[in-house]
Amino acid sequence: MEHGSIKDSSSSTFSFADEDHTLANSVRFALNQDPRVTFCGYSIPHPADALVNIRVQTTGAPASEVLKDAVQDLMVMCQHVRDTFDKAVVDSKVSGSVKAMKIKP
Amino acid sequence: MPTVSPLEMDDVPMGQLPPHIQLQRTRVFCASDAPTQTENIQYSGAYASMGVDNSFRLDDFVKNFRVEVVRLDEDDIEFDMIGIDAALANAFRRILIAEVPTMAIEKVLFANNTSVIPDEVLAHRLGLIPIKADPRLFEYMSENDTPNEKNTIVFKLHVQCKRGDPRITVKSDQLEWLPNGSEFQLVTDNSTSNSNSNSKPKTYTSFSRSQTSLPEFSEDSIALKHNDITIAKLGPGQEIELEAHAVKGVGKTHAKWSPVATAWYRMLPEVVLLENVEDEKAEELVKKCPVNVFDIEDVGEGKRRATVARPRACTLCRECIRGDDWENRVALRRVKNHFIFTIESSGALPPEVLFTEAVKVLESKCEQVISDLS
Repeated sequence: MEHGSIKDSSSSTFSFADEDHTLANSVRFALNQDPRVTFCGYSIPHPADALVNIRVQTTGAPASEVLKDAVQDLMVMCQHVRDTFDKAVVDSKVSGSVKAMKIKP
Repeated sequence: MPTVSPLEMDDVPMGQLPPHIQLQRTRVFCASDAPTQTENIQYSGAYASMGVDNSFRLDDFVKNFRVEVVRLDEDDIEFDMIGIDAALANAFRRILIAEVPTMAIEKVLFANNTSVIPDEVLAHRLGLIPIKADPRLFEYMSENDTPNEKNTIVFKLHVQCKRGDPRITVKSDQLEWLPNGSEFQLVTDNSTSNSNSNSKPKTYTSFSRSQTSLPEFSEDSIALKHNDITIAKLGPGQEIELEAHAVKGVGKTHAKWSPVATAWYRMLPEVVLLENVEDEKAEELVKKCPVNVFDIEDVGEGKRRATVARPRACTLCRECIRGDDWENRVALRRVKNHFIFTIESSGALPPEVLFTEAVKVLESKCEQVISDLS
């Protein structure tokens, strides 16, 4: 859910239910590295509520667009991490079985 | 006298960070009193005044990110993740502990329990037993769902210690998997039970078919990870008869659903000798370190010099920089974007699968946000 003013779309607060530091801190990381962002931070209003507020202020671009781009970046990063990891595991399994067979490469 | 901006001085190169700032950006300094430079500089304009762009570029990330598997066993994995921010590494760790689903015993139906362990304590103990069943093949059971073959695994436990026998220990291998679902009949009125006496008696689960007949489960796909967990002890004349129903859940609801014993990371330690440490000083340094980070090498002419042989073993106990002046000889640092990640699986899934599942969870969170925004 987005809270912001109609006149100025460049700064908004986004509330995510059922999320915590896991997503919020990752999103903050992605947002802070975007040059269009002037301020970004998150807060969890109460530890007993499963809710985070992410504040985004930009140099002019709509905050929701900037947030969407950041999350998109995050997703692509995740996919790359997964691909790289899977490749590394396959490589280590292959080299491990070569070692087990005592074959000199 | 003309004023010169510090940025236009000849010895301030534009477009690249001076070495000491570059070091502060990429390393944590572990001094004898406290670690410093622990923050990650994330803000895109942090070095704008020096003409350095700190914004995120996807192709740079793709180019620099590396994973190297150090050790991979049945239940453990240790790997190096290089070129990633702590925010993401920590997100993966948190998801591994709290948000990757597994199966665990949630409901226990007691028919008889005359042992000394109260029902609720026994039920709690049963809940903590790791179950080797692929959670991806199951569905979550919500409040209004009836237990069926897609969301529940049923185990039976019936043990008895006869009078006159010695005490017995009930181990987890005495839990028996019931692929056809519950065997306990629901208590119904006589009038209704008479009318449909031909049909199967109603039990606490409504399995439409046996789980062994489902193509995704082979004969031995559902079992307990360990067969030697003590569940209870029975004295002569005591008996336990129960049924345990396992369902899918996540670690943030209860730790019994956590798929890992632990998942943790540490940043790569970096030990640098700031000056040559020779002869007696070298021997002193080797002796100071409890984990044997340093070695001594011969440099000829009867001189010996300390070298950093195993920096990875360093625990940053800071023994080596204790005492007079040692802090000027040895620098302890950590590499901010190099994570040594260790995952210990509790048995439901192999550790390498757990990590990919964790990354998928973060991806699906991102997808959810994107769909919420548009």
